[in-house]
Amino acid sequence: MKHIISALVENKPGVLAHVAGMFAARGFNIDSLVVGRTEDPNLSRMTIVVIGDDHIVEQVRKQLARIIPVVKVQDFAGRAVVARDLMLVSIAVPPEKRPEIFALVEMFRGHVVDISQKTVMVEVSGPETKIEAFIDVCRPYGIKNVARTGTIAMPRQGTSED
Amino acid sequence: MQTDSPSPAGPAEDSIPKTGAQIIVDALLAHGVDTVFGYIGASVLPLFDRLYESPIRFIVPCHEQGGAHMADAYARASGRVGVVVATSGPGACNLVTGLATAMMDSIPLVAITGQVRTDLIGGDAFQEAPTTGITRAVTKHNSIVTDIRDLARTIYEAFHLASTGRPGPVLIDVPADIEFQKHADGPIRLNLPGYKIPKNGHAKQIGQAADAINRSERPVLLAGGGVITANASEELRELASKANLPVAMTLMGLGSFDQRRPESLDMPGMHGTPYANFAIQECDLLIAVGARFDDRVTGKAEAFAPKAKIIHIDIDPSNISKTVPADIPIVGDAKVVLAALAGCVEYRERPAWFARIAEWKRRHTVDYDRSAPTIKPQHVIEELCRRTEGEAVITTGVGQHQMFCAQFYKFRHPRQLITSGGLGTMGFGLPAAIGAQIARPDALVVDIDGDHSFNMTMAELSTAVQNELPIKVCILSNGYMGMVRQ
Repeated sequence: MKHIISALVENKPGVLAHVAGMFAARGFNIDSLVVGRTEDPNLSRMTIVVIGDDHIVEQVRKQLARIIPVVKVQDFAGRAVVARDLMLVSIAVPPEKRPEIFALVEMFRGHVVDISQKTVMVEVSGPETKIEAFIDVCRPYGIKNVARTGTIAMPRQGTSED
Repeated sequence: MQTDSPSPAGPAEDSIPKTGAQIIVDALLAHGVDTVFGYIGASVLPLFDRLYESPIRFIVPCHEQGGAHMADAYARASGRVGVVVATSGPGACNLVTGLATAMMDSIPLVAITGQVRTDLIGGDAFQEAPTTGITRAVTKHNSIVTDIRDLARTIYEAFHLASTGRPGPVLIDVPADIEFQKHADGPIRLNLPGYKIPKNGHAKQIGQAADAINRSERPVLLAGGGVITANASEELRELASKANLPVAMTLMGLGSFDQRRPESLDMPGMHGTPYANFAIQECDLLIAVGARFDDRVTGKAEAFAPKAKIIHIDIDPSNISKTVPADIPIVGDAKVVLAALAGCVEYRERPAWFARIAEWKRRHTVDYDRSAPTIKPQHVIEELCRRTEGEAVITTGVGQHQMFCAQFYKFRHPRQLITSGGLGTMGFGLPAAIGAQIARPDALVVDIDGDHSFNMTMAELSTAVQNELPIKVCILSNGYMGMVRQ
């Protein structure tokens, strides 16, 4: 099962290496890992997507919490969360097919962010399933390049425990 | 940091600017450090000048690995934080085995390494190594100080982290220019927002555990190294005698309960006593304290203690249900939790259970061929135990001799057996004997070693001679690596 783990960490050098090293040393697989600043300049948030059974993810959570600069760890499994990925995708599109792609972009509420003679670059954000679906519908045209952020998430207000 | 954790931050330092080297020495003195183990090198010369002028005793090993093991054994023998200093590059690299050894056995150690000047870092300078990167996985915490204003606080934090919660080694990397710079420290405040120290254990779970103990027909108490770390032997004895429980001890837990008492089951596991293993396989309740269910204890984890409900007391939540699922987990300090448990258990006779244990002990004792024409290593250890009345401080290397020691020396006191349990570091015995003898100058310290283990670090004999340490070394020389052959 896929778990989204959110860790608040001290904004110091070496913390990312420590977290990544712990995952490698203990044989845990990272599906995605996103680090960014928070409202507090001293803290960063890491959002880590891990695939594993409950026992493994429980160990991931505990081993993360053991790392001294890790301040707080939450597992969002079983909670109502808003989870989002952002993707930039470059699609091979000749000028005559642009209207088709523009229609798809519209449907997926994406944006065309760059255009060239042979390609169109699109920005799409949303839950991972939506991103995957967009890739699927674009595949017949030919996908030149994909860059994805990985998942960030936040519990829905009023439903979470904090 | 939690408010209930002790604050080692001392009184405000005087406001006269001091060099980084002096700040380090003053921070060591503020933490009551009387001995530093360390090896000289270019990037730590300013520190060594200040150490030389301080009242701190300074022990120079032959190799930094030896220094780390000495500081580790000093900590194991005394219960205080061991301190080791090494220079940048090769010096720091040579500490790695010592740090990993201390990490696996949860030993409080502070390592201070020199580093090349801050302006040279990252440029492949002479004797440069990425020390924090190399040691991150084998320390509880590490950091590099790149601003003199952080130096004192970082050292105070290191001592706090090393000695509290589940202890472990903490490394501080100090570039040479930081040692020269001057700074006047104000009051020192620790800044560890992510560090929480569990203490009391959950009252409801302690109540459940006491109920389970009171109801149990066939209980076994299993003491690990955490009991010794927490100085909780007295509380362990109290619980065992109040509730009438047999006590088994892991390798790291040996000494936490007097092995001459009839309730002692000695050591379980792969190299343990049959009666400890039978008792664990047959028990209906296993109370593990400060033990992490290592594979050498459990064998196949699923088949371990199959009939038992498991109470697991540990200060590190990540140990709970890691290999063996706990029915009643208690996260807290062994000393506090054992005392709380002892306060709510009842005495039960359990005659049938103790009769079975006595029968196992009679029929399945650990023995060796006593009629052999040659001297058996087990015989040597038995005789050593008899002649030292079970009172010597024993250090070991790793291998058959280590297990014979655990089987045939009957330990009576905590901090009496000093051995590399988790990492299994060959070569630990001799430097460990040196560290233990320095921590306890009046004790009889014996390194029981294997020929190959001894070979690994035997240069440290000269350290023992230089410092006139009356350590004894007993080598059980069989001329091959016996454990590997076995």
